[in-house]
Amino acid sequence: MDILFELDEVKKAYAGRVVLNVNNLQLRRGEILGIVGPSGAGKSTLLRLLNFLEYPDQGTLRYRGQVVTPRLPLDLRREVTTVFQRPALLNASVEENVTYGLGLRGKRDSRADVSAAIQRMGLEELRHAAARTLSGGEAQRVALARAMVIHPQVLLLDEPTANLDPYNVSLIEGAVREINQREGATVILVTHNVFQARRLAKRVALLLNGQIIELAPTRDFFEAPCDERTRAFVNGEMIY
Amino acid sequence: MQTVIDGTIEGLRLLFTGNQELWSIIFLSARVSGLALLISAVISIPLGSLLGLVYFRGKGIVQALVYTGMGLPPVVAGLAVYLLLSRKGILGPLNWPWVPELFTVEAMILAQVIIASPVVIGYTMAAVADVSQDLRVQLQSLGATRVQVTLAVLREARLGVIVALVGGFGSIISEVGAVTLVGGNIAGSTRVLTGAILLETREGNFDRAIGLGLVLLLLAFVINVGATRLQGKGR
Repeated sequence: MDILFELDEVKKAYAGRVVLNVNNLQLRRGEILGIVGPSGAGKSTLLRLLNFLEYPDQGTLRYRGQVVTPRLPLDLRREVTTVFQRPALLNASVEENVTYGLGLRGKRDSRADVSAAIQRMGLEELRHAAARTLSGGEAQRVALARAMVIHPQVLLLDEPTANLDPYNVSLIEGAVREINQREGATVILVTHNVFQARRLAKRVALLLNGQIIELAPTRDFFEAPCDERTRAFVNGEMIY
Repeated sequence: MQTVIDGTIEGLRLLFTGNQELWSIIFLSARVSGLALLISAVISIPLGSLLGLVYFRGKGIVQALVYTGMGLPPVVAGLAVYLLLSRKGILGPLNWPWVPELFTVEAMILAQVIIASPVVIGYTMAAVADVSQDLRVQLQSLGATRVQVTLAVLREARLGVIVALVGGFGSIISEVGAVTLVGGNIAGSTRVLTGAILLETREGNFDRAIGLGLVLLLLAFVINVGATRLQGKGR
């Protein structure tokens, strides 16, 4: 089993309050891992650590065997990217936004990849449109296309379909499956939506108060959870 | 009223009949303020970006100093440069070859750099700080280095940066205190538009003063039209 990320006794705190406290977590290459949990559980913080945007206060985070520090080589950093809940786009055209990550890597001429991503996300007609004129769903599709073209080893998704209509949800979920299956990218999906986690993920984890309560194959997680809190969460009961 | 009408007609005549003295004053004004703005932009846009992007201890005090500098009276900047470059001043007695002498174009440019810089820094800082923090994080997530994030943020803030440059130019092309103090308003050497207006008005030559004033207004108008067009393209 090829382990991409390994978290060992990782703690992260803001203003003295511990928001993430993970004893041990291993993320496997090529899987789709769903992370569910209520608001404030530490899901987004976990993603920020996995995208090297922040670093643990305590413990060790390893990526491909290397301890993650601010000195992690740029080529390794560039293997991971995030699509956030609120897509932050440049004040430029759809095409320029999709091309941005390639430009950073000196691959601005990968036109075929850009066209394929734009087409895959149903954005052909909006190719030259200004990003500021897009709807929420369209903007999120641009954000995913922008992530697709750089062929990430790890794609982190932070509530990627929150507040989107069923058409956009279906398009985005289809693209995520494709990125995982065709390109072998590892996908970490953070979501409130347990149904989405069930549809997409191969394993699902429940994060509660910064701790991993349970991590299990999707079927076991939903049909035979070991922890009472997981059962309650899956059944839609409030846990805070 | 007649004085104003006559002055305006004479001013337009001077402008369109190719009066050599007038044009040399116009060119010198454009050269002094243009170079001062260029130097100021090279120094102030990176500094403004840094202040807009980075948090550090004492940032509030630095910001307050910048805002104070934005209101710096030109004559005070001129006085500072005068004291710096004068033979009895700080740098004057050292005779260093790179230190400009008083009553030269270089001294005027230095004074205008001091006036324009806080304006460019302040507006750039505000424009850069206004770019969404979410976008910065997103760019980092896409693999942008710190320099690449800064460049992208500057591109996003380009309208604000243009405003910064226009504001900086406006603050120096129209000032009279500093250039007169350190330049001496010497005919054919350091006399710029504002200094010439001052002199002509004092001497009662209202026609020439109005003509020069019209040129100054026209210059400011052309620059602002250019900036507005750039802003339009940036949207």
